[in-house]
Amino acid sequence: MKSGKKIEFAPYCYLVPSMLIFAVFLFYPFFKTIYLSLFMTNKMGQAKLFVGLQNYIDLLNSKSFQNSLKVTVVFVLIVVVGGMLLGLVAAVLCNKAFPGIRVFSTAYALPMAIASSSAAMIFQIMLHPTVGIVNKLLGLDINWLNDPRTALYCVAILTAWLNSGINFLYFSAGLGNIDETIYERASVDGASGVQQFFHLTLPGLSPIMFYTVVVNIIQAFQSFGQIKILTEGGPNESTNVIVYSIYRDAFFNYRFGSASAQSVILFIIIMLVTLVMFRMERKGVNY
Amino acid sequence: MNQIDSMAIPVEGRMTTEELFELKNKMNTKALAKRRSKTVLRVVANIVFAVVILLPLLYAISIAFMPSNELFTTELNIVPKHPTVQNFIDALRTVPLLRFIVNSFIMAGFITVGQIISCSLAAFSFSFLEFKGKGILFAIVMATMMVPGEATIISNYLTVANLGMLDTYPVLIIPYLTSAMGIFLFRQFYMTFPKSLYESAKLDGCTNLKFIVKILMPLTKSAIGAMAVYTFINAWNMYMWPLLVTGSNNMRTVQIGISMLDSIDSQSITLMIAGVVMIIIPSISIFIVGQKQLIRGMFSGAVKG
Repeated sequence: MKSGKKIEFAPYCYLVPSMLIFAVFLFYPFFKTIYLSLFMTNKMGQAKLFVGLQNYIDLLNSKSFQNSLKVTVVFVLIVVVGGMLLGLVAAVLCNKAFPGIRVFSTAYALPMAIASSSAAMIFQIMLHPTVGIVNKLLGLDINWLNDPRTALYCVAILTAWLNSGINFLYFSAGLGNIDETIYERASVDGASGVQQFFHLTLPGLSPIMFYTVVVNIIQAFQSFGQIKILTEGGPNESTNVIVYSIYRDAFFNYRFGSASAQSVILFIIIMLVTLVMFRMERKGVNY
Repeated sequence: MNQIDSMAIPVEGRMTTEELFELKNKMNTKALAKRRSKTVLRVVANIVFAVVILLPLLYAISIAFMPSNELFTTELNIVPKHPTVQNFIDALRTVPLLRFIVNSFIMAGFITVGQIISCSLAAFSFSFLEFKGKGILFAIVMATMMVPGEATIISNYLTVANLGMLDTYPVLIIPYLTSAMGIFLFRQFYMTFPKSLYESAKLDGCTNLKFIVKILMPLTKSAIGAMAVYTFINAWNMYMWPLLVTGSNNMRTVQIGISMLDSIDSQSITLMIAGVVMIIIPSISIFIVGQKQLIRGMFSGAVKG
């Protein structure tokens, strides 16, 4: 069958449904976004005036976009570190069998099933200045979401919480791959629990750790719903991450060209981060 | 000989058999006690951490059952004193929440079924068939994972707006009818599938399509289960795209509809949280039911580092 010279069409037929969707809703819009980023557009989003790289130059010189970049970096850092710490602690706590482990692992994974918008609305009440549980428990009187100093931390911690569920699953799988006997040997040699954690557990997790970091960074860059609901980029643009800035420029200011340029910049940032991470993997991860 | 002699004799205190047994028992009970206390410690640590993780959800449930006048006090009111279901009833009356839930089920259901079909077809081709450009095509599919949704969402919005497709079910569903992750996951499963089974089926005159439906899919149920749970939850929780393309109550999904409760008036916090609890229930139930499938599917060779 394979020896025949005629090209078989059958294999391509099975790819048609997926490829069609990719072509229409991914490849075409991706290149169109790049195209639009080189133009001034009208309110309908049609390219009107070719401006070359002017949109990019304007963006990089604009105070607002510089702020967005800074805010995004801080946001991503908190989300990645926070979300991974929560997941790691949960995974270590659930590492060895004990009564009730199934219930606890379900609890730790649960945040991954919750929508960013639903979570945002719950956090909105928790952080409510007068009736919220956070102020009541801490005996404080802080308007968390309306204070430029705290708003970004709040949305970042919420996002970290949302991501902690899947991180728990990644780390649990990673811990399951570590050979149990090395712990026994280490115990015999008199290594303490803390020493074991830093010298055996963490290095043993490094392959999955790498993967988790990449996934977390990419996800954190794309957070939107919680910011839209909780702060709308404010107060004082203190939570205006790039994705929110794209949304605002495109759908409130109708500056589709500038918004497209921001999308392209976001894509380049994510691609660079991913490439750098893969570079680092080759050097730093021990299998 | 000398060596063995010196090893057999411990330093000074020679022990009788009884003494040795006693020592052994003592050590055993000590070890058992230590293990027990370790387990207790572990359970306590887990309870504390689980409460921290679940705090937002527990708090939401508590508020949902709280009469709204109970919420506005300065004292710490964690558990409702007079639990009520009035908030749920009010939430259902204030916004067409049931309609939103139906919309979300339709959207997430079609997306899930569609992805399973399109991804298994593509993965079948990539793992069982030989054709020109296979490597390149697969690399292209994988590369799509790098493109963030935001890089395409503006153009997609403009496309569907120009086609006059806004505010319809197809516009919610069609763009998400396939996924690179799904193709990758299924291919990962199919690669471990014995090739001989495919070849003997072919010899018996089984067509490719029949092979997929009758043999491949039934035998890779765990992959389909994982994919279904993952896709459904993600579709149910989708926010940005439905926000952009739906405008009327008839088409809004739960995640967009629920924020309408937010804007009605600030006094109705309990009502809004009751609504949130109602829309969280479907995704959480599906997650709890499908959790085992999901984990098995996600980690069977797919991400071993």
